[in-house]
Amino acid sequence: MRSVEPVVHLTVLEDILRIPRASSLMVLTFGLACCAIEMMAAGAAKFDWGRFGVIPRSTPRQSDLMIIAGTISRKMAPTVVTLWEQMAAPKWVIAMGNCAISGGPFAHESQYAILNGADEIVPVDVYVPGCPPRPEGLIQGILAVQDKITGGQKNNVLRRFDRRRGDKRDFVKRIKRID
Amino acid sequence: MSPISDPGFLLTILTQAVEREPGFWNWAFHWFSQEIVVAVIGLLLIIAFVTINAIGLIYAELKIAGHIQRRPATMEVGWHGFLQPVMDAAKLLVKEAMTPTAVNRPLFLAAPVIVFLPVLISFIVLPFSEKLIVRDLNLGLLLIFAFSALNVIGILIAGWASNNKYSLLGALRSVSQNIAYEIPILLSAMSVVVMANSLKMSELVAAQDKIWFFIIQPLAAIIFFVATTAETNRLPFDIPEAEGELVAGFHSEYSGMRFALFFLAEYSNMFIVSAVFVTLFLGGWHGPILPGLIWFLLKVYILVFIVIVARWTFPRLRFDQLMTLAWKVLIPLSLANLLVTALVIKLVR
Repeated sequence: MRSVEPVVHLTVLEDILRIPRASSLMVLTFGLACCAIEMMAAGAAKFDWGRFGVIPRSTPRQSDLMIIAGTISRKMAPTVVTLWEQMAAPKWVIAMGNCAISGGPFAHESQYAILNGADEIVPVDVYVPGCPPRPEGLIQGILAVQDKITGGQKNNVLRRFDRRRGDKRDFVKRIKRID
Repeated sequence: MSPISDPGFLLTILTQAVEREPGFWNWAFHWFSQEIVVAVIGLLLIIAFVTINAIGLIYAELKIAGHIQRRPATMEVGWHGFLQPVMDAAKLLVKEAMTPTAVNRPLFLAAPVIVFLPVLISFIVLPFSEKLIVRDLNLGLLLIFAFSALNVIGILIAGWASNNKYSLLGALRSVSQNIAYEIPILLSAMSVVVMANSLKMSELVAAQDKIWFFIIQPLAAIIFFVATTAETNRLPFDIPEAEGELVAGFHSEYSGMRFALFFLAEYSNMFIVSAVFVTLFLGGWHGPILPGLIWFLLKVYILVFIVIVARWTFPRLRFDQLMTLAWKVLIPLSLANLLVTALVIKLVR
């Protein structure tokens, strides 16, 4: 889990490259439980995470962001770790839903089969609470990952979408018009 | 060491040639100025065009897919997200290019290059307009078909060297698919070549001065279009990369810029295939008022648009359906078409 620091830092270039890294997150499609249904809804029409440049990829080698959507059983945990290790270097993790955050409703004393949260096996960047969280919640989590990559919302000069206040261009109207 | 690879030997021959031939430097200068400069300018133009074309097509693909699925697709970077492909390319450039420990290293590294190089070579003979063609070879059409067949070898190497069962399955599917669809492509192109009586790209276009071959040979045109869509692994036929079954097919183990090379090759192949279709069936650069280059690009991109819409409209074929389509429908039809064309031409002339 320890990441190796690079020997040479190209400060200005690395700062510039944060923007492409943030605005083209390729997501590892990886659903463990019912949260995955909400994740699919976030990618489909109406919510559409494709607006922020998120593209689902099915292989870990080509993805930057892993969304752990659902309950992690002890049997599934080694697979999750393998997939995380197979991802190429700049990579981030979202723990989606209460089960992936802390075990959710499965966390009690006599529990033997369910892991108490994804952070026991992989380093989680952003937690999205809910049981399951709504697609808007997941998209806000993705925006939080983008802000983490660029080091704050003000550094992401290309994105016009505000994480807290939403879209200044009044997207809701446009979506209603499409429907 | 053989004498030909011995630098001293080569130097002796060169000095002798210079001493005997006073016009050597003159000749060398002319050769350099004509051949090398044309080659370098051509190569630079081709690389620039391949990159810009791929960026434009990726944006078109994202947006068309979005609007077919009733969502706005990429919106945030730039006006209506038009910088998205640039962002993707920049990210893939600086992403870690992994070489897993279990792979066959030299083959694994060579595969993306082997897939990408034929693309550059095919651009040499594409007739963008009457004058804008790097080399108008006598066997231009044959060159394109020969090098597009090389693409399959790259895919097979990628699948084999990855040492991954999904990659290998994808590569094997790709090979059987390409062998099956290569035949109807060549047969349907042959029926046009028989009519134009040439394999030279400029003469193929010139033969359609009055009437396009699409009108005389509609069957061959449809077969060619379907088979080339399959040849480029686009979606109704994208069985080598079937996401639901094979992770990402033959490029499952590739990350970063190596994966981007596969992607670049796919989108450039889309352009090349449409350009060959335009050259063979839609009259190349012919068209009223506007200059030839604009007509050519217009026709090509309308075809590319149809291919992209087909990708997001039709479901994937099953593998046996794909093989049935090639061996039982397309090949007999194109063969019959070729025979009838040859017979008619023999009787008329």
